[in-house]
Amino acid sequence: MDANLVQEAIQNVNLQAIMPSLVLCGFGMVLLLVSVFSERGKTTHIAWLSIIALIITGFISLNAWNNPQAGFADSVLLDNFATFFSIICILAAGLTILMSDAYLKREGYPIGEYYPLILFTTAGAMWMASGTDLMTIFLGLEVLSVSLYVLAGFFRGQTKSNEAGLKYFFLGAFSTGFLLYGVALLYGVTGTTKLAGIAAYVRSNPDIVNLNDPNMMFIAGGLLLLTGFLFKIAAAPFHMWTPDVYQGAPTPITAFMSAGPKAAAFAALMRITIVGLEGMHADLTALLWVLAVLTMTVGNFIALSQKDLKRMLAYSSISHAGYALVGLVAWNEVGFSGILFYMLVYTFMNMGAFAVLVLVGKQGEENLTLEGLTGMGFKKPFLGIALCIFLFSLMGLPPTAGFTGKFYIFAAAIKSGYVWLAVLGVLNSAVSLYYYLRVMVFMYFKDPQEDFSWVSINAPAAISIIISLAGVLLLGILPGPVMEMAKLAGF
Amino acid sequence: MTAETSITFPWLSLLLWLPLLGTLLCLLWRKSAAACRYLALGTTLLVLLVSVGLAVSLETGAGGWLLFEDYRWIDAYGIRYTLGMDGISLLLILLTAFLQVIAVLISWDMRKHPALFFALVLVLETGIIGVFLALDLVLFYLFWELMLIPMFFLIGVWGHERRVYAAVKFFLFTLSGSLLLLLAIISLYLLHGEQTGVYTFALAALKQTELNFTQEMIFYLCFMAAFVVKVPLFPFHTWLPDAHTEAPAAGSVDLAGLLLKTGVYGMIRFAFPLFPLAAEKSLPVLAALALIGLFYAAWIAYLQFDIKRIVAYSSVSHLGFVILGLAAWNQTAWEGSVLLMISHGVTTGALFVMIAMIRQRTATREVDKLGGLWQSQPNLSAFFLLFCFASLGLPGLANFAGEILILIGVFSSQPLWGAIAVGGILFAAAYMLRLLQEVIWGPCCEPFDKSDLCRREWLILIPLALLVIWLGCYPQPALDVMRAPIQLLLQGGMP
Repeated sequence: MDANLVQEAIQNVNLQAIMPSLVLCGFGMVLLLVSVFSERGKTTHIAWLSIIALIITGFISLNAWNNPQAGFADSVLLDNFATFFSIICILAAGLTILMSDAYLKREGYPIGEYYPLILFTTAGAMWMASGTDLMTIFLGLEVLSVSLYVLAGFFRGQTKSNEAGLKYFFLGAFSTGFLLYGVALLYGVTGTTKLAGIAAYVRSNPDIVNLNDPNMMFIAGGLLLLTGFLFKIAAAPFHMWTPDVYQGAPTPITAFMSAGPKAAAFAALMRITIVGLEGMHADLTALLWVLAVLTMTVGNFIALSQKDLKRMLAYSSISHAGYALVGLVAWNEVGFSGILFYMLVYTFMNMGAFAVLVLVGKQGEENLTLEGLTGMGFKKPFLGIALCIFLFSLMGLPPTAGFTGKFYIFAAAIKSGYVWLAVLGVLNSAVSLYYYLRVMVFMYFKDPQEDFSWVSINAPAAISIIISLAGVLLLGILPGPVMEMAKLAGF
Repeated sequence: MTAETSITFPWLSLLLWLPLLGTLLCLLWRKSAAACRYLALGTTLLVLLVSVGLAVSLETGAGGWLLFEDYRWIDAYGIRYTLGMDGISLLLILLTAFLQVIAVLISWDMRKHPALFFALVLVLETGIIGVFLALDLVLFYLFWELMLIPMFFLIGVWGHERRVYAAVKFFLFTLSGSLLLLLAIISLYLLHGEQTGVYTFALAALKQTELNFTQEMIFYLCFMAAFVVKVPLFPFHTWLPDAHTEAPAAGSVDLAGLLLKTGVYGMIRFAFPLFPLAAEKSLPVLAALALIGLFYAAWIAYLQFDIKRIVAYSSVSHLGFVILGLAAWNQTAWEGSVLLMISHGVTTGALFVMIAMIRQRTATREVDKLGGLWQSQPNLSAFFLLFCFASLGLPGLANFAGEILILIGVFSSQPLWGAIAVGGILFAAAYMLRLLQEVIWGPCCEPFDKSDLCRREWLILIPLALLVIWLGCYPQPALDVMRAPIQLLLQGGMP
C-alpha cells in the first residue's frame, strides 16, 4: 500500500466491518490476563468465558447479515459470505472449547492460554473470510497460523505434539513464503493488492492471461498464491503435513484445524479465485479439476490402510477438501453455495466424530486405534450411536447432512457439465465406505476386550456431541433454510 | 392423482413412521428385554393391522393410486415428500408387514442386546415400506439407503461365524450399486429442469423428460446397476449367499423375503417407466442373465452342504424366474412375476424360519450331520416338507401359481425362453428333494434336543403354511389387486 492509500484507509475507518474479530481479539486479551491471575490448573471458568465471548461475537456477526459493511479503503468487506464463514469458525471454536476442558485436565495440561489462543485463531479466520485485499487476508492468515502452531505443539512434554507443532510451523512458514511471493508478483504486474483492482486490471488487459502469450509474472503470481491456500486446505499434493500434524496435535485441536481454519482457508481461496483471478477462471478450473480428483483419491486410498483413528480422519479430511473443491471447479452459483453448505456440514460431522474420540482416548491417547475401539459400541451406547451417525454422514448416506452436502456439490458439477468429475467423486465415496465401516466393525462386531469403564462422559463434551448430532440430522432432513442462507451468502 | 384420490388421514405416513416410533420406544426401554420384545411385536402387529385394514377397505380393483400423499419438503431443490400406493405396493407392503411379525416372533429368545436388535428390525421395516411408497426420487433414494444400515448391523452383530465379512461385503456391493443410481437421479433432474424450467424429482414429471437414446441407455444402466445388485441378477449375486448364510434368522427372512423384492420393485416402478426404450432394448439381455442365473444358482444349490446356503441359492434361482417374467413383457408374465415375488417371500421366509428351528435343535446346518428328523420331530418335519414342496413349485402350493403364469406369459411371446425355463423347475425339484432327503429322512442323527414344536413355533408356522396353501390354491384376490396397475405400467402409463 502506498502512502495515499494508507491515507484513504484511515479516512475510511468503519469499525462495523471488523467488529466481530475486534471483539473476539479483545476478549482474547482479557482472558489472557484472567488466566495469568488464575490459580494454576483452574481453567474451567476461562473455558466458559470463551464460550460467552464466542456467543457474543456470533450475534455481532449475524448483525451484518444482509447488511454488508465495507471499510478501510475497501480492504475489508463483511458481507453474507464472510458472515457465513465466520459463523462456521465460531461454531468450530465453540465445539472445540466444549470438548477441551476435561481433556486438558486428563492429559495434564490445564493451562489457561489454550482458550485465548483458540479465540485468536478464530479472529484470524474471520479476518481471512472478510478480507478483500491480499494484505488483509495475509494478516488474517498469519494470526490464525501462529496461534495454531502453538496449539498444535501445546503438549510441550510430548514428543509427538512437539513434532506436530514444529512440522506445521516449518511447512506453514514455507507455504507462507510462496504465498507472499505470489502477492508480490501480482502487485508487480497490477500495481494493487486489492482483489477487485486485480480483477479490473485483468479485464482491461485480457492479454496477460492469454495462455498463448501470457504474462508469466502474473500467471506465476496467481499460482504461487493458490499454492499457499491449497496448502492450508490440505489439497494434494500439498497435503503431506496433515497426517503427522493431525495425529500429533491435541485431539480437540485436530478437530478444530480440520473445520475452522480449513473453512477460513476455503473462504479466502474462494474469494481470491472468484473475485481476484476471475479472468483466469477457464484455466484455473482445469487445474482445480485435476487437484480435486487427486485430493479425493489420495485422501481416500491412503485412509484405507490407516489403523490410527486420528490419522485416518486426517486422510478423510483431505478427501473431503477434495469434494469441496469440486464445487469450485463447477464455478456456478450452486457450487459456490454448495461449498459454504458443505463446510458447515463438515464442521458438524467431523467435530462430532472427534468429540467422541476425545472421550474414548485413554490418557496419553493410546487408545485411538481401531483395536482400541473394540466392543465400545455396546459398552457406551450413546457414544457408539453418535459416532455411527457421524461416520454415516462422512460417508454421505441419507438422511444425514453428509448426503445433502455431497448432493449439492455433485449436482453443481453435473450442472456445469463436469459429469466425469461427479462420477469420480461418487466412486471415491464408494472407496471411503470401507474405512468408515471398519470403525463400526470394530465398535460393534467384535467382542469387547476392555470394560471401557474409564470412559467418563462429561457434560460439556456431551453438549458438543449433541449439538453436532443435531446439526448433522437437521441439515440432513431439513436442509432448506440453511441452504437458502448459503445461497444468499454465495457469489 | 391429486385431490380426489387423496384422503384426509395420512394412512401412508402412519404405515411408514409407526415402526420408527417403535424403534424410539425400544431404545427408551432398552433396559428391559421383555418390554422391547412386546413393543416390537405390538408395532409390527399394528402395521400389519393397518395394512390389512387398508387392503380390505380400499377399492383395490381400480388402477391408479389407492392412496396418495404429497407435501412440500425441500423447496430449494424441488424435493417433495410424495408417497403413493397402488396394487403392487399394497401387496408388497402386506408381505412386509406379515414377514416382520414373523421376524420378531422367530427372534423372541434373542439374548444378545435385544433392545438394539428389535430397534434395528423396526428401522428396517420403515426403510422397506418407504421404498415401496416413495414417488419422489430423492425420497426413494433415502429409504433405499436406509434399508442398508440396519441390515448391516443385523448381519454384523447377530450373525454367524463369518458375519463381519458378509456384512461388509453386503454393504459395499449394494451401496456401490446405488451410488450410480444417485448420479443418474441428479443428472435426470438437471436435464428435466433445463428442458422445462421446472426442477423436480417427482417420478410423474421426470417421465416426460425428452431423452435421446444414448442418454436414456446410460441413465437406465445406472438405475439398473442399483436394482440388479439388489435382486440379485446373475452375475451380481455373489454377496447374497454370504449375507443370507451369515445373517441371523430374522435377518435372513427379511433379506430373502423383502430386500430382494425392493430391487424388482425398483425396476417396475422406476427403471422401466422412466426409460421405456432402453428397457425394451435390454429385455433379451435381462432374459439371458435371468435364465443363466436360474440354472446356475440351482446347480450351485445342489452342490451345497450348508442348508442355509442351499436356500440362499434357491432364492437367486427364483428371482431369475421373476426377472424372466418381467423380460417377457406381457400382462400374464408380469402378474406371474409379482405373484412369485409374494409367494417366494412367504416360502423362503418360512424355510429360513425352519432352518433356524432345526439349528436350535441340532446345533448344525451341515447336510452331512443332519438326517432322520422325521423320527424325532414329525410335526416340524411335516412343515419343512410342506415349505420345501412349495418352494420347488408343487401344484396347489404358493410358488406354482406364479411360476405357471410366468411360463404361460413367456411362452406366448418367447417360446424358446419358455422352453429353457421349464427345465429350471426340474432343477429346483432336484436340489429341494436332495435337501429333504438329507434332512428329514436318511440315517438318523441324534439331535440333542428332541422336543417337537413349541407353542410359539406353531404360532409362527401355521400362518405361513396357511398363506402358502392359499396363494397356491386361490391366488385370485392377489391377482385382482395387481391386474390394473400392471396394465397401466405395461402401457407405459402412470397410475
